[in-house]
Amino acid sequence: MLKIENLHIHYGGIHALRGVSLDVPDGQIISLIGANGAGKSTTLKAIMSLIPMTDGRVSFDGTDITRMQTRDIVREGVVLCPEGRRVFPDLTIAENLTMGAYLRKDKESIAKDTKWVYDLFPRLLERKWQLAGTLSGGEQQMLAVGRALMSKPKLLMMDEPSLGLAPIIIKNIFEIIKEINQSGVNILLIEQNAKAALEISHYGYVVETGTIVLCGPGKELLTNDQVRKAYLGE
Amino acid sequence: MDASTFFQNCVTGISLGSAYALIAIGYTMVYGILRLINFAHGDIFMMAGYFTIFAIVDFHMPWYIAIIFVIIATVLLGVAIERAAYKPLRESPRMSIMISAIGVSFLLENSATYLFSGLPRAFPELGFLQKVYHIGDISAPIVTFITPVVTIVILIALIYLVNHTKTGMAMRAASKDFEAAKLMGIEINHIITITFVIGCSLAAISAILYFSPRPMVYPFSGLMPGLKCFVAAVIGGIGNIPGAVVGGFIIGIAETFLVASFPSLSGYSDAFTFVLLIIMLLFRPTGLLGEKIAEKV
Repeated sequence: MLKIENLHIHYGGIHALRGVSLDVPDGQIISLIGANGAGKSTTLKAIMSLIPMTDGRVSFDGTDITRMQTRDIVREGVVLCPEGRRVFPDLTIAENLTMGAYLRKDKESIAKDTKWVYDLFPRLLERKWQLAGTLSGGEQQMLAVGRALMSKPKLLMMDEPSLGLAPIIIKNIFEIIKEINQSGVNILLIEQNAKAALEISHYGYVVETGTIVLCGPGKELLTNDQVRKAYLGE
Repeated sequence: MDASTFFQNCVTGISLGSAYALIAIGYTMVYGILRLINFAHGDIFMMAGYFTIFAIVDFHMPWYIAIIFVIIATVLLGVAIERAAYKPLRESPRMSIMISAIGVSFLLENSATYLFSGLPRAFPELGFLQKVYHIGDISAPIVTFITPVVTIVILIALIYLVNHTKTGMAMRAASKDFEAAKLMGIEINHIITITFVIGCSLAAISAILYFSPRPMVYPFSGLMPGLKCFVAAVIGGIGNIPGAVVGGFIIGIAETFLVASFPSLSGYSDAFTFVLLIIMLLFRPTGLLGEKIAEKV
């Protein structure tokens, strides 16, 4: 499980994160909700060592992964499916999936996971040889999730998987997130779509201007007045 | 121009174009990954010429060992330049790294002048490369016939590497999105090093092939070929490997025929290359095989 303690980050001259602490226990979906610019993406990027942290400690399964090289963090099983999909546009779907498995050597289990990803997203199989840049937004999101799964995550962190997608596809994506979690992958989810995220989450954290202001089980947060007003528009 | 002169010029032009193509690939690959025009590339090529002279004349190496020595020395030089002058600027604005490249170019030219003197040094014979060979009416050193073959073989190998190996895939992935590539566990610095290793070995091979039919090397020998090959890479569509080869051939052949057809204009053959560049930038700025999206340099 992932444990973040007292994370501080200075980013572009501002104190973007001011002491964030959170836990992702085994087998759960945890979501991090909050407005744009609250520091959600920054948190995930810092965990992956894509941006430097000023202070704090991140550990995963008892291993201290603070300031490890990104590739070593991926090796430990912590994988980020980034905001905006970020698939490789000049690579085919199949090649994008191969890149997801970049650090893995075991051909048999890679083949097994490839099959799993194609089972989860049959559309990807249909278009296996198509360049990722030519896919629709929803298909690209499926590919981004599939590519992340190819890294064999123990913890999959997803940054705004529903951003810019049609409602029907969003529903589909959230179902698949549940399915991935049931197959034994822990999930840390960032969402502006707070309702959809909290509905499938075991536990949620609310971030405001770089600090956690509220936390609790997903169902409880959904009924919390403060959350309803600020994030559910009720 | 009679038939035999025509074919003679074809052979010379294709050969020169092949040598240019090998250098142009180095420009285009580095640009593809770093979005950097490596202005020092022509001077790395010049240094490879000097390395050949040292290997054969000063160290008395047999030619086949000399070739390996030259490739290794050139690669080490190129990778050292990347580490010292480009890597520290990875997060800086793109203009900084470009200026650093121009600085390295001057540094290499002036260090060569200081260390090896400004006097040209004779380029040695490498085994059988300079032996003159006749096909019908055409006669040229063997190296002239070998150069295009070497270039085509290298091109095929490179296209295979880039399109069908995991490393090649990682290079293509990184060239579009560093951060996403990192999230796959791809080590960006490793990919950049591989790119410089390939670019510099090709510059080394090109230097051997290019200087062999020519009498000498001097500290500014890389300046014009370097600029011309940059133009070749732009004409082919910078970032595109087959494009760089096409551009190299166009410039090599056009230059050869210009000089042969209008001997009085031979003094302008270098200028002609840049006229080509200007025409290309005016009418098709992304190059013949280039990407559709214009990238600000």
